[in-house]
Amino acid sequence: MSDSSPARPPASARPHAPARAAALIARAEHAIKGPVWGCQMCGQCVLHSTGLTCPMNCPKTLRNGPCGGVRANGHCEVKPEMRCVWLKAYERSERMPGWRGHIDDLRPPVDNRLKGTSAWVNLITGRDRQLPAGWAAGADVEP
Amino acid sequence: MSNLERKLAAGEFVVTAELPVIDGGGQGEILRQLAPMRPFVDAFNATDNPSAHAHCSPLAVAIGLIQAGVEPVMQLACRDRNRLALEADLLGAAMHGIENICCLTGDDVTAGDEPETRRVFDIDGPQLIALARVLEGGRYLSGRSITPPPHYLIGAVENPGAPPYEYRVRRAAQKALAGARFLQLQICYHPELLERFMRVASDTGLSERLALIPSICILRTVGGMRFVATQVPGIDVPPETVARVENAGDAEVECFEIAYELACHALAQPGVAGLHFISFRRDAGIAKLCTRLGIPPRLERETNGYSASVAV
Repeated sequence: MSDSSPARPPASARPHAPARAAALIARAEHAIKGPVWGCQMCGQCVLHSTGLTCPMNCPKTLRNGPCGGVRANGHCEVKPEMRCVWLKAYERSERMPGWRGHIDDLRPPVDNRLKGTSAWVNLITGRDRQLPAGWAAGADVEP
Repeated sequence: MSNLERKLAAGEFVVTAELPVIDGGGQGEILRQLAPMRPFVDAFNATDNPSAHAHCSPLAVAIGLIQAGVEPVMQLACRDRNRLALEADLLGAAMHGIENICCLTGDDVTAGDEPETRRVFDIDGPQLIALARVLEGGRYLSGRSITPPPHYLIGAVENPGAPPYEYRVRRAAQKALAGARFLQLQICYHPELLERFMRVASDTGLSERLALIPSICILRTVGGMRFVATQVPGIDVPPETVARVENAGDAEVECFEIAYELACHALAQPGVAGLHFISFRRDAGIAKLCTRLGIPPRLERETNGYSASVAV
């Protein structure tokens, strides 16, 4: 075999430069947003409208919470030791200067294909605002 | 247009009730469960695996209710179905003439007796409301057309008794904006919290935009009260209420008194469009409570009138 690095896949099988860059950005994004907000890399970030509280940490992964199961002490129905993610989101959103009130927006269903991709890239490309045609045609839906 | 939709639009007082869960026994079991409360109730909820316990599917039970000659409210929870399955059940409901639907996020699987189940929650309650509106617009979520489009009376639930209390009316408003026309409120053993919710809903005009229907639960035993107090997500029962039943000479009588007091309180709130009853008694508890509250049977209400304060 003439190639000095036999483990290296052929060029045709290697991701193109933009894809490699996107993967790199996704890793950087997770390195920052993971420790700070517990980011789950849904790829369609809504932190600005949830008081910088990641809704994907809700055990039901609700985009429009809180559910009706919140305990009287404000803790989660599913994880009694944890404070309700959406209770925190509500409280923090009230203190958000720019996006106050955005918590009331109806956030659309998650696009599960974006899991693991960079929300930063998806924001720039507009990919995170691509909604199913039926949903997009509906009224009162915040992109 | 369903009878429930017509009544809510006309501002007529409505009575809805939960049909006890159906497991075996077929259509005969539905008829048997209906019999004692049938004269008083406008529409019956066909529940969707309540408290994450498996039972007959809400679509099947709702069809059974239509066959029994009564109007169903088909519950759909997001816990067990992804969006494809929810769309299929909504269209299936429309195919059988089921128009009243109630969109829920759903209790978590850990509340049930099969906690090892995979939870779905592909979409949430407010998104399910919007999805039903999308279908009504003649399209699937994908945009593929539905001809002719289905028609629904879209409802949902909200819990005035769960934190953050001050946010619950805003969440209800979010559901109204998404397309909900009525909300069946979760059972609330804290009258002051229901009062607060109804007052804010009334002050902000929400109760004029969607029908608010508080739930009243008629329990029967000390065990039942303890179960609701400790096992049902989102329901908080004050210790003194539990103690009242525990110390009573006749738990069933005391449970009924508590339900009566809570119902009287609920009826006194502004913007109440009706009451939703949940009974774990195997007798005519709902009929008895309606009679004591002075709520006439359905036919009498339809003939002589018995109006709620608001039209939606």
